[in-house]
Amino acid sequence: MNGAKVQAEEGSTLLEVARFYGINIPTLCYHDELTPYGACRLCMVEVDDGRRTRLVASCLYPVKEGIKVKTHTERVMKGRKLILELLIARCPNSKTLQDLASKMGLEKVRFKMENKDCILCGLCVRMCAEQMGSGAIGFVGRGQKREVATPFRTASEICRNCGACMYICPVVELQCRGVKSPGELCNSCLVITPQCSEKYDQVMCTLDSCGACVEKEEK
Amino acid sequence: MKKIRTPQELDALQNSLLQRRDSNKPCVRVCIGTGCRARGSVVVAEAFKNEIKKQNLEIPIDTKQTGCHGFCERGPVVVIGPREIFYQRVKLRDVPEIVSKTLLNGEVVDHLLYVDPTTGQKVLYEHEVPFYEKQRRQILANNGRIDPANILDYIAVGGYQALAKAITTMSCDEIIGTVEKSGLRGLGGAGFPTGRKWRLCHKATGDVKFVIGNGDEGDPGAFSDRSLMEANPHSILEGMIIGAYAIGANQGYLYVRAEYPLALKHLQIAIDQAREYGFLGNNIFSSGFDFDIKINQGGGAFVCGESSALVTSMEGKVGEPRAKYIHTVERGLWNKPTNLNNVKTWASVPLIINNGADWYAKIGTEKSKGTAIFSLVGKVNNTGLVEVPMGTQLKEIIYDIGGGILEGKKFKAVQTGGPSGGCIPEKLLDLSVDFERLTEAGSMMGSGGMIVMDEDTCMVDVARYFLDFLQYESCGKCVPCREGIKRMLEIVTNIAAGRGKKEDLDLLQELAETIKDFSLCGLGKTAPNTVLSTLRYFIEEYEVHVRDKKCPAGICKDLIEYFILEDKCTGCGACLKLCPQQAIDAYGLTHTIDPTKCIRCGICRDACSFEAIIVK
Repeated sequence: MNGAKVQAEEGSTLLEVARFYGINIPTLCYHDELTPYGACRLCMVEVDDGRRTRLVASCLYPVKEGIKVKTHTERVMKGRKLILELLIARCPNSKTLQDLASKMGLEKVRFKMENKDCILCGLCVRMCAEQMGSGAIGFVGRGQKREVATPFRTASEICRNCGACMYICPVVELQCRGVKSPGELCNSCLVITPQCSEKYDQVMCTLDSCGACVEKEEK
Repeated sequence: MKKIRTPQELDALQNSLLQRRDSNKPCVRVCIGTGCRARGSVVVAEAFKNEIKKQNLEIPIDTKQTGCHGFCERGPVVVIGPREIFYQRVKLRDVPEIVSKTLLNGEVVDHLLYVDPTTGQKVLYEHEVPFYEKQRRQILANNGRIDPANILDYIAVGGYQALAKAITTMSCDEIIGTVEKSGLRGLGGAGFPTGRKWRLCHKATGDVKFVIGNGDEGDPGAFSDRSLMEANPHSILEGMIIGAYAIGANQGYLYVRAEYPLALKHLQIAIDQAREYGFLGNNIFSSGFDFDIKINQGGGAFVCGESSALVTSMEGKVGEPRAKYIHTVERGLWNKPTNLNNVKTWASVPLIINNGADWYAKIGTEKSKGTAIFSLVGKVNNTGLVEVPMGTQLKEIIYDIGGGILEGKKFKAVQTGGPSGGCIPEKLLDLSVDFERLTEAGSMMGSGGMIVMDEDTCMVDVARYFLDFLQYESCGKCVPCREGIKRMLEIVTNIAAGRGKKEDLDLLQELAETIKDFSLCGLGKTAPNTVLSTLRYFIEEYEVHVRDKKCPAGICKDLIEYFILEDKCTGCGACLKLCPQQAIDAYGLTHTIDPTKCIRCGICRDACSFEAIIVK
């Protein structure tokens, strides 16, 4: 993984391995206590299995002997940035999304802004079903009409008002007040683009970039 | 009904059928496939039966209702055996004439024959019709010859012989090896080598395995699966039984979209009859092998044609795809090893068993063996179902078989592979059609849709149409597909409405590339293809829309104006009467259109007999 030989138990996923070794792959729909879902597509990594190189969701891809994984190539980072741009266009007031976007260097959203408060990551659904043993909410509708709701949108008889769904939500809990104008990100978090990524087509730090190597640009 | 338990019994039945059926006796075959049915072929078929009965002949003439003959443009299609005289566009009032002239006197009814537009000659026999001449109909060979609701027709033409051969003389390994050697690739769209899939499923651990036939066919404009299911359902069943035996599955399913009622009906009849004769059920051909097939209906979602979404839908859950890092052949339906193939792929199996792997491998190109089936539609003269060897050139299909562009207009592009495919321009008309070449050109084989477009088609509008379809059908689970397609559609809609900006084309390209890379399933991964291919080959058209705010093809409503030519207008008032917006005013002799009221519906242009109305 990223040039270093790593080991893992059979049945673990690439994301679990990366996190164990301190490689920070961003995620939104993943939680280590819930079954992985593979919907946000932020965790995509490049895998070379000897026959071909392709992008896979690291939260779901099982480890295999001999594969070569790259977690932060130009192709991967470019895609992650665009996914964040798409998500912020949908839910601009989320601190989690804004922080993630700033870290990736996103400064402006080029799409028409909406103001929703759900990114359909499914964490609340899985939390309610798997950890709280209720399953009171689920996904309803296809495509543009997809939303999280109770069956037939009626008041739930099995919801215990435990609040776990709100707790686990990555988007709604922390509202960001730093949005200046529609589509502009405040970027009060440090924008990090380490030089090694260009040179090696890969971010070489195994720890979350501390930014020590970064030359701060004049805003 | 005594079940057929040995190959010898099958041979005996086939021989007795062939003996009983006099091949020299006249026979009327009327197509009652959905295309001809929509043009009234069922009443024509009934009329034939009644008319012949009226004649009170000693030995009544056979009438047969068959499935789709393929030349849907010319329906209702009626073929008179044994000479195979081809009558097209047969109406109810033509029936008495056909009966008295052709059936009773052997004379030809001239005005019902197909006229070759290039030579002006009338064509008598089905195989001489140019539409059929260049085709190589092997999967579709018996469409139009047999009655799909009668298993005896299928047996008479050699049906279930491949099953007998495979199950009584070949080992599972030999059967899989034959399919591998033939080079058969999945005809549902992705073209995965079928033999390899069977081998993987056979090797997978588990004592319960399943086989599935995918008859969901969601592509707009594609109807090859439908025609096959309607016209020759037994060919699919036979293939599935052989495959199930080789892989070790005892239960099979056919997943058919609910929008195909005739296909569902014929498949169920076929399954019931196959059970009666012992081809499905226990101890097939006394081999100890048990197998049965059940039909599952789709619920109306395009995404459920994708194999993992299909399986999830069969389990009673919402039809959403899942990541396929663990393949369906290892863990599929109910987490058991499952082999899913398109119905056309299953129907190819009996052909390969009967004729051998080498026979199949000789047809086609190096990497794409066998034949491909296309639903040829759009601005061609001959629309219908076409089967040609892989490697046939696009221009042959469109011009030699398709008869060229309607009304002599100019060819602009051909869209292959449905919404997941791309548009191929004129300069690539020499392209040999196979899996690899189509993907290289920026399109794909897909499930065989081939939409021909002429100079009056706007490529920006085409991109918008397919994006709109895919946005509607996206399951919405993953971000790039759900949000990405929506944003691509927004941009293309803006461009078509004259609100395009220079940066839009770059943003479109960027979005398309990321959606292709990051989407969870095939729908998302191939959704950008139409945009990418039109940007690649028709970039000038996009630029004219963005820069000049004009639509050269005259399609994008916000960028065109309907205009009456003063020197051609005779003041007849035909357009004025029909305009739904009352946007036409008469000033003296000539008329004018008020652009502020005009909704560009085009009714006026169709109504004008003097070609005085143009689109600017």
